[in-house]
Amino acid sequence: MSEQTKISIRDFNFFYAKKEVIRALNLDIRENEILSVFGPANSGTTTLLRALNRMTDLTPGARMEGEILLDGTNIRSPDVNISELRRKVSMVFEVPTPLPMSIFDNVAYGPRLSGVKNRLTLEKIVEESLQMAVLWDEVKDRLHHSAMRLSGGQQQRLCLARILALHPEVILLDRPCSGLDPVSTSKIEESLRHLKEKFTIVIVPHNVQQAGRVSDRAAFLLMGDLIEVGLTAEVFAYPKDKRTSDYITGRFG
Amino acid sequence: MKMKNFGERIPQSLFFIMALSALTVLALITVFIFIEGVPLIVKVGFFKFIFGMKWAPSQGFYGIFPMIVGTISVTLGAIILGVPVALCCAIFLAEFAPRWLSDIVRPAIQLLAGIPSVVYGFWGLIFIVPLIRNYLGGPGLSILAGSIILAIMILPTVISISEVSLLALSPLLKEGAFALGATQWQTIRSVLVPAAKSGILASIILGIGRAVGETMAVIMVLGNAVALPNSILSPVRTLTTNIGIEMGYASGEHQQALFATGIVLLVIIMILNSLAQYSIKRK
Amino acid sequence: MGIKVNPRTTQRIAKAVIWSAAVLVLLLLFTIIIYILSKGIPHITWQFLTEIPSDMGKSGGILSAIVGTLAVTIVAVVVATPLGVGTAFYLTEYTRESGVTKVIRFSAESLAGIPSIVYGLFGFIFFVTYLKLGWSILSGGLTLAVMILPTIIRTSEEAIRMVPPMYREVSFSLGGTKWQTMTKVLIPSALPGIATGIILGIGRCVAETAAIILTAGSALQMPTSLFSPARTLAVHFYILASEGISADNAYATAAILIILILLINIGANLLVNRFVAKRR
Repeated sequence: MSEQTKISIRDFNFFYAKKEVIRALNLDIRENEILSVFGPANSGTTTLLRALNRMTDLTPGARMEGEILLDGTNIRSPDVNISELRRKVSMVFEVPTPLPMSIFDNVAYGPRLSGVKNRLTLEKIVEESLQMAVLWDEVKDRLHHSAMRLSGGQQQRLCLARILALHPEVILLDRPCSGLDPVSTSKIEESLRHLKEKFTIVIVPHNVQQAGRVSDRAAFLLMGDLIEVGLTAEVFAYPKDKRTSDYITGRFG
Repeated sequence: MKMKNFGERIPQSLFFIMALSALTVLALITVFIFIEGVPLIVKVGFFKFIFGMKWAPSQGFYGIFPMIVGTISVTLGAIILGVPVALCCAIFLAEFAPRWLSDIVRPAIQLLAGIPSVVYGFWGLIFIVPLIRNYLGGPGLSILAGSIILAIMILPTVISISEVSLLALSPLLKEGAFALGATQWQTIRSVLVPAAKSGILASIILGIGRAVGETMAVIMVLGNAVALPNSILSPVRTLTTNIGIEMGYASGEHQQALFATGIVLLVIIMILNSLAQYSIKRK
Repeated sequence: MGIKVNPRTTQRIAKAVIWSAAVLVLLLLFTIIIYILSKGIPHITWQFLTEIPSDMGKSGGILSAIVGTLAVTIVAVVVATPLGVGTAFYLTEYTRESGVTKVIRFSAESLAGIPSIVYGLFGFIFFVTYLKLGWSILSGGLTLAVMILPTIIRTSEEAIRMVPPMYREVSFSLGGTKWQTMTKVLIPSALPGIATGIILGIGRCVAETAAIILTAGSALQMPTSLFSPARTLAVHFYILASEGISADNAYATAAILIILILLINIGANLLVNRFVAKRR
């Protein structure tokens, strides 16, 4: 974890169809850290994540105020190329969604979209990405099989490999392990720990324990307000706000 | 807020222009048919055209009432003969048929829908017309023959839409009735069919539309007489067969009169379509 | 209702009636098909398929009708498919429900109900006369294109809507533009459904008679260009049958029509099943 700020969120408000979903959020995300954004349902955790790469543009009725600065540039400015933004800030969704194509084509999909055509280059990218996602050994002999035949855990690691192929700078993960068995979960968490050396990672964990296992810093969001943020160990052991400790200890959920 | 690349705008405009094709075509059809037909209706007079009993183009008489009666009687016959059978089939598919059987019957009905109307007409000429002539009298070429053929032709339409309406009902309706001790038939009769009423009605209206618009299937079996029928065994012409028979050699005013008949058909179909839509929306 | 009828009895009667209705329909289908095939297939010879008709169709074959059918069908499909699929894309991908989309949908629905003879009138006055294309394959094909457009729009729209929305999300999140998402994910996924619509359209083209007579004419000779008049199998059959020229040839032509329709239907059903299986 470096001290450099990768993403800076300033005075951020998010409205969905007139309802305020995120209120006056100020948060810094540091380079090469794993930050978990956690909180009960409907607190705006997923919305915040999706706002970071403007997936929220796809939602009708969504409105935002404030700034989100990526390396100092406001991602909401009209000069920004959205496709490039989404390659730099890439997302893994909650439900593993392989595209209906082969494993190879899934991972190569992103690079192909941005114009990479050379077969050798693509093969190299696919192998690297699958290695980083800790999936290469399991699939290297069947790259041209349909991705739909993989197990749930493998599919999710495929989704991870898919975005790694884009050489992003920031990786967003929205409850990536919900519905996965513990072995797959720990494989993914393991790969995240390696990946943070090269990337900045923001994760919405599917339970509080995962935040504790995996992240360097943790931010607690409750019904759209940022309650507190700090080193995970500190937030969990010595929370400054009663609501944080209540949620972590399971008094409410 | 959303940034659109230049490369995005081109496909969007392209597809928009393509999407206008349906509207453009509809407008063209309406415009051209009306342009050809309206002058004649104006010349002859609206009521003389619609209610005139005499159709004799060579003498300048353009009354289409006999054909209107023809269309109505043939269509009515088709509905009376076809709808009960179609409803039973729809109920069969939705409630009685085991899976393997419905997987056979449904494609069979689709096949029925795909057979060219001329083939139906020919079969009617070979099979049905002699039967009528021999057992019921008259020339055989008759309203009855046309109704039988059309009844068969509207089966797929009425069956498929009615079946969909029945299948779309909540299973709770059936369960509720069974829980009260109703038999399967009682449930169908008093609960399911009334609940699917609007869809079934829409299917019947669309079936009527199909029957009204059909030409080739009936042109060979109706007998071609331009006169008011006096029984279902009488030969008759419909609005559609009138156009079909005479368009080959019509010109000038005569041709315009056929286009005017086309206008009448268009209006009838539009009304039927709106009724069907309304029925579905009333759900 | 004075008499109390045992509900078990009505159940049995109703069940019998309903099953009979289904049996009746199946019987009708088989009767028609088997009758035509049995009377027609014996007269289908290789010569029949490869010679052109002579003597008003009493002798010779039906080659020109086969070519005519192929030609108008190809014109219709080539014109209607891009327009229909493009419309479907516009309706699903580029707009929210609005006045414009409602109007477009209304137009497509209305077109679906127009009788074929009216399409024939339109084709005659617009393509043959106004655009001066004359009685020709082009006139017939364009008229057919207009007739199958609603079908293609409807099935394509359905097919595209069935593509899981997550695929779009995934494609966008990987930096794809709307156009890339459409061409690389949506079209391939929706292809079986779209193809089904096209096949149903082809079925309509093969079966259509009234509109063709008024627009492509009924010339017996082999068409030489898009501007030549031509007859299709359905038209040829109609003329043979209604003018009593040759019963044998009429049956044979009808048999070929039925076989074609059977193949087309089977093709469409296979595609639909593959479509459904892919979803699993």
